[in-house]
Amino acid sequence: MASPSTRGAAIDLKSVSKHYGSFIALDKVSLRIEPGEFMTLLGPSGSGKTTTLNVIAGFTEVSSGSLDVGGKSVIGVPAHKRNIGVVFQHYALFPHMTVSRNVAYPLTLRGIANPDRAARVRKALDMVRMADFGHRFPSELSGGQQQRVALARAIVFDPPLLLMDEPLGALDKKLREWLQLEIKRIHRELGTTFVYVTHDQEEALVLSDRIAVFNQGRIEQIGTGRQLYDEPETLFVGKFVGDSTILRGAASTSGNETAIDVAGWKVAAAKRLADGAKPVMLLRPEKLSLARRGKGGQDRNTLPGRIGEAIYLGSGSKYEVVLADTSKAIVRSTLEAETFAIGDEVDLVFAGSDVKLLADDENADFTLT
Amino acid sequence: MATRAIDSRDTVPAVTADGRRRWFRGQAFWLVAPALLLLVICLGLPLAIVTLRSFSEPQWGWQNYAWFFGTPVNLTVLQRTFAISAWVTLVCLIAGYPYAYVMTAVGPRMRLVLILCVLVPFWVSGVVRTLAWVILLQDSGVINSAIRAVGLSPVKLIRTQTGVVIGMAQVLLPFMILPLYSVMKTIDLRLMQAARSLGASPARAFAQVYLPLSLPGVYAGAIIVFILALGFYITPALLGGPRSTMLSTLIQNQVLSLLNWGRGGAMGVVLLIATFVLLALAAPLSRQPHKTGSRR
Repeated sequence: MASPSTRGAAIDLKSVSKHYGSFIALDKVSLRIEPGEFMTLLGPSGSGKTTTLNVIAGFTEVSSGSLDVGGKSVIGVPAHKRNIGVVFQHYALFPHMTVSRNVAYPLTLRGIANPDRAARVRKALDMVRMADFGHRFPSELSGGQQQRVALARAIVFDPPLLLMDEPLGALDKKLREWLQLEIKRIHRELGTTFVYVTHDQEEALVLSDRIAVFNQGRIEQIGTGRQLYDEPETLFVGKFVGDSTILRGAASTSGNETAIDVAGWKVAAAKRLADGAKPVMLLRPEKLSLARRGKGGQDRNTLPGRIGEAIYLGSGSKYEVVLADTSKAIVRSTLEAETFAIGDEVDLVFAGSDVKLLADDENADFTLT
Repeated sequence: MATRAIDSRDTVPAVTADGRRRWFRGQAFWLVAPALLLLVICLGLPLAIVTLRSFSEPQWGWQNYAWFFGTPVNLTVLQRTFAISAWVTLVCLIAGYPYAYVMTAVGPRMRLVLILCVLVPFWVSGVVRTLAWVILLQDSGVINSAIRAVGLSPVKLIRTQTGVVIGMAQVLLPFMILPLYSVMKTIDLRLMQAARSLGASPARAFAQVYLPLSLPGVYAGAIIVFILALGFYITPALLGGPRSTMLSTLIQNQVLSLLNWGRGGAMGVVLLIATFVLLALAAPLSRQPHKTGSRR
């Protein structure tokens, strides 16, 4: 196989839209994926991430916009002429062919004969650690094994681009975590461009070079996992990636400072939004700390609350704190910190500099399925 | 089939399997008893009597079989019976395969309409349907009027083998469509998408993925249609002429007109054995090693 730097294809979506009647599945999506990059399309169901994948694969034609793969437009090119590997959530192995014949199928279609074909099948099965299963039928394999065979089949013809549509969605957690590492290793070894669709933000953080967060047919933000977690640009991204606490209330700005009144308790941060936007505060769990009521200190923002749920995680504890306006705050504390029990009256303490000030957005709610 | 056995060993512990077998020997026999009794009385017994009389009338011996194979017209009709049945099977397959496929591809409401279209002929008596074909196919019938209207010379359809095949195929089509549909609806259409992503054109994806997976339905439908066609009586009798007589008509002639139960019985036994031989030959074809798909 060729050296990693030459193997991956760049993908360039420019203002791609897809309409189904009056329903807008994709709304002017623009996304550039670098050669060899591991890009994850992350979002809730119906957000447009799978539609984007289907557009790249050629299963769905765009309504408008342009799509280049490897520098060439593929608009109007049928799926079977795009030379793109696809791994499906439901494996989609051919049940009437053995594992070897499944993996050999794309090579047979390309007129590659034995012994070259057999050697490449063996190599691909080796890569997914399924070399001993060549003579088996898919029905004789577990879900994880089937998905590894499907992966071998999608990479055996050396496509410059591999698309994966929630490939681990049907597997249990332990197997999923192990296969995530396997996929990462294969990406490193191949150097192929990977585009990975998932609704699982943890999976996205584990795997990706960059993540594109989808919501309602649009991309909300593109960035590394750290960028999305530390610097979310929209309320949706802040809520979807990682745990977060949202503080809402009547806002007032004076100079460069924004204050929010949470049921009579004022909290402030030295930041401000553009005029016209209604500000809300977003805080990550590790930026919040807890103190017994009245011992929170005066120099920082303090909100009274009551412990609603206390979860021991081994490496620390996670608390759900019910605030005065009945909203919930999520706090993560280390092992050394003071512990609290359900029902304890506490002060929620945080520094204004840790606050992410974002524009409120009623479309920021999502459901996971 | 081999893997099926392994699967069931894996999922069903041996003790349970034993228990089931014991239960089957004890209780379940009574559940199948009524059907079994009906089969023995209404099929087994008459068949035994017919077979017996084919050897015993007018006297004991092989005379009826010697007559059957010694009379050229009988062999011609036997061969024609198989040929017509094969044609009917082919016509049903060609008409039924795309129909069954469309049934799997459309929405639930349209599917209901399509299923009704298949089943409605079942609710109309076979004689009525065949008489309708007489009206359509006859020399001055709808089809020939239409052909004449566009300026072509009329075609002889009624009392020909073509007419018999058309009529029988129409009657037997549901027996092809239903098994095809029941197999096709289990085929995961996402496999076709997978094949396309791997580089298969739609035609190759169909030939190499869809068609092989649909073959169990093809075999099941073909066998049912073929066997039913072998014994067809009313349709060939009404739509056919002397040159398209099928074996059932000859049997009817022997038994009801000539009252020769020996010869009629011998013909029936020959048809039965020929059918069994054909089934035995077709059996290895229908053996699909791996029917279970990745569909969940």
